[in-house]
Amino acid sequence: MDWLNALIQGTLLGGLYALFAAGLSLIFGVMRLVNIAHGDLIVLAAYLGLVVTSAIGVHPILAMALVVPAMTLIGYALQRGLLNQTLGDDLLPPLLVTFGLSVILQNGLLEGFSADPQKLSAPGLETASVALGSISLGVLPLLTFGIAVAVIWGLQWTFYKTSLGRAFRAVSDNQDIAQLMGLNKRHIFGLAMALALAVTAVAGILLGLRTSFDPSSGGGRLIFGFEAVIIGGLGNLWGTLAGGVILGVAQTIGAKIDPGWQVLSGHIAFLVILAIRPQGLFPRMSG
Amino acid sequence: MPDPLLQMTGLDAHYGDFQALYGVGMVVREGEVLAIIGANGAGKTTLMRSVTGLITNDAGQIRFKGQDISGLRADQVAELGLAMVPEGRQLFPSLTVEENLLIGAQTGRKGPWTLEAVNALFPILKERRAVPATALSGGQQQMVAIGRALMSNPELILFDEISLGLAPIIIRDIYAALPGIIGEGMSAIIVEQDISKALSVSGRVYCLQEGRVSLEGASATISREDISRAYFGIE
Ligand SMILES: Nc1ncnc2c1ncn2[C@@H]1O[C@H](COP(=O)(O)OP(=O)(O)OP(=O)(O)O)[C@@H](O)[C@H]1O
Ligand SMILES: [Mg+2]
Repeated sequence: MDWLNALIQGTLLGGLYALFAAGLSLIFGVMRLVNIAHGDLIVLAAYLGLVVTSAIGVHPILAMALVVPAMTLIGYALQRGLLNQTLGDDLLPPLLVTFGLSVILQNGLLEGFSADPQKLSAPGLETASVALGSISLGVLPLLTFGIAVAVIWGLQWTFYKTSLGRAFRAVSDNQDIAQLMGLNKRHIFGLAMALALAVTAVAGILLGLRTSFDPSSGGGRLIFGFEAVIIGGLGNLWGTLAGGVILGVAQTIGAKIDPGWQVLSGHIAFLVILAIRPQGLFPRMSG
Repeated sequence: MPDPLLQMTGLDAHYGDFQALYGVGMVVREGEVLAIIGANGAGKTTLMRSVTGLITNDAGQIRFKGQDISGLRADQVAELGLAMVPEGRQLFPSLTVEENLLIGAQTGRKGPWTLEAVNALFPILKERRAVPATALSGGQQQMVAIGRALMSNPELILFDEISLGLAPIIIRDIYAALPGIIGEGMSAIIVEQDISKALSVSGRVYCLQEGRVSLEGASATISREDISRAYFGIE
C-alpha cells in the first residue's frame, strides 16, 4: 500500500513538473530557443503571486487572474524586445542571453525580496485531503494535476485546432515560407513566448503553494522541466506530461527507499531513459 | 501610361560577399504574364526572393503598384498582393493539405480564391485534405503549393520552376491549368528552365545570365538563336 501511495503521489507531483516543462517545450518547438531563464521566470511568477496575495489579500489561486496576464505581457515584451534579436542560425546567442537573464532575475529578486524563503499560503487548501481507501490524497496535488492536464489539453488544442497553432507550426517548419504567407515571425514568436509564460505563471503559483521558494530556486525547476521534456520526447505535449509523471514517480519511489534519494533517483531515471531512448519515449507526432 | 504593376530598377542582390544580381531592370504590366528564363545559377530564384521580400534590397530598387517595397518584410509584401509558389514547393510538413491551403489565406485578402474555389480547381486536394501535405505525390504537392499562393488572392503571382522534378504528363496538366488560374485578373511571373513551356504561356520574356538581363522580347516573336546566345552566353 505504501508503494501504491508513492506511485500516486509521484504521479500527482508529475503534473507540476509537466507544467514546468510545457512552456520550455513550446518555446523550443516553435523557435528552437532553449530558455535557461525558464526556471527563474517560474520563480518570478511565484513572487508576483506573493505580491498580489499580500497586497490585495486574495487567495493565491485567484491571484492567477492577475499573474497570468502579467506574465503573458512580460513574455511578449521579452520576446519582441530582447530574444528575437538573438535568434538566427546559431544556437549559442539565445543560450547566453537567457543565461544572463537568469542571473539578472535572480539578483533582482534577491534585491527586492531578500534571500528568505517565502511561501504562498492558502490554509484550507494546503491541508485538505480526500481519502481513497486507505490512501489519503491531498487536494492541492490533485488540483495541480487536474490543472496540468487541462493546460496540456488546452495547449494541444491550440496547436492543432486553431489558426494561431497553425501559425506556430508553420513558423516552426519553415520561417521564410511562413513569412511569405503573411505571418510576421517576430510577432508569432512573441505570441508563443506569451503563451509559454502564461503557463509559467500557473506553474509558479502552484509551486509557491506546494513548497517554499527563494530567489535561487529557479535552477532546480529548470532541470526538472528539462528532464520532463526530454523523457517525454521533444515536440510532444502529452509526452511532456508523461515525462513529468515518470520523473515525479521516480522521485517519490526513490524517497521511499531513502529520503535522501528523492532528487537523485529522478536524475537517474532521466539518464537511463536518455541512454536507452535518446529521442524520448514519445517523440514528435501530430495531434 | 499608368505605372507598371511591378518595376525593378538597378536591382542588386548579395549573399554575403557574393553578388548574385547586377543592376537588373524589369517591368511587369497589369494583366501580363512574364517569363524569366536562364541557366542554373543565373539568379532567377534570387530575383524572386528579392521581389517577395525574403531578401531586402536598397531603397528604390523594387516598386509594386507605385510603392517602394525594396525594404519591406516578406509578410508586408504578401499583404500588398504578391504571392509566390516557391522553388521545390516547400510545403509545411507539420500541416495537413487543408491547413497548408488555409495558411495561404493568412493575409486576409478577399477575392475569388477561397478554399472551395481551390478545391474545385484541384478536386484531389479536397479528397486528401486531412493527410500531411508532404505525404502527397509531387504533382499533388505542386497543386497545394499553387493553391496556397492563390488563397491570398494576389495581384501578382510568382511561379519558380513549377515543373521541377515532375513527370512530363503532370507538367502538361499543370501548364494546361495555368491560363485558367492567371485569367482571373492576375498578373504572373513564370520562372522556368524549360524554354518552350515558358514561351508558350507568356506574353514577354526576359533572359537572365550570371545575374544580368541578357535578353528581353515578346515571347511569340523572339528568335531561338538569340535565346540560346542569351541563355548560354555563346558568342
Ligand atoms: N543562400 C545562398 N548563399 C550563397 N550563394 C547563393 C545562395 N543561394 C544562391 N546562391 C548563389 O547565387 C547564384 C544565383 O542563384 P539562384 O538560386 O538565384 O539561381 P537560379 O537561377 O534560381 O538557379 P536554378 O535554376 O538552379 O534554380 C548562384 O551562383 C548560387 O550559387
Ligand atoms: Mg532557382
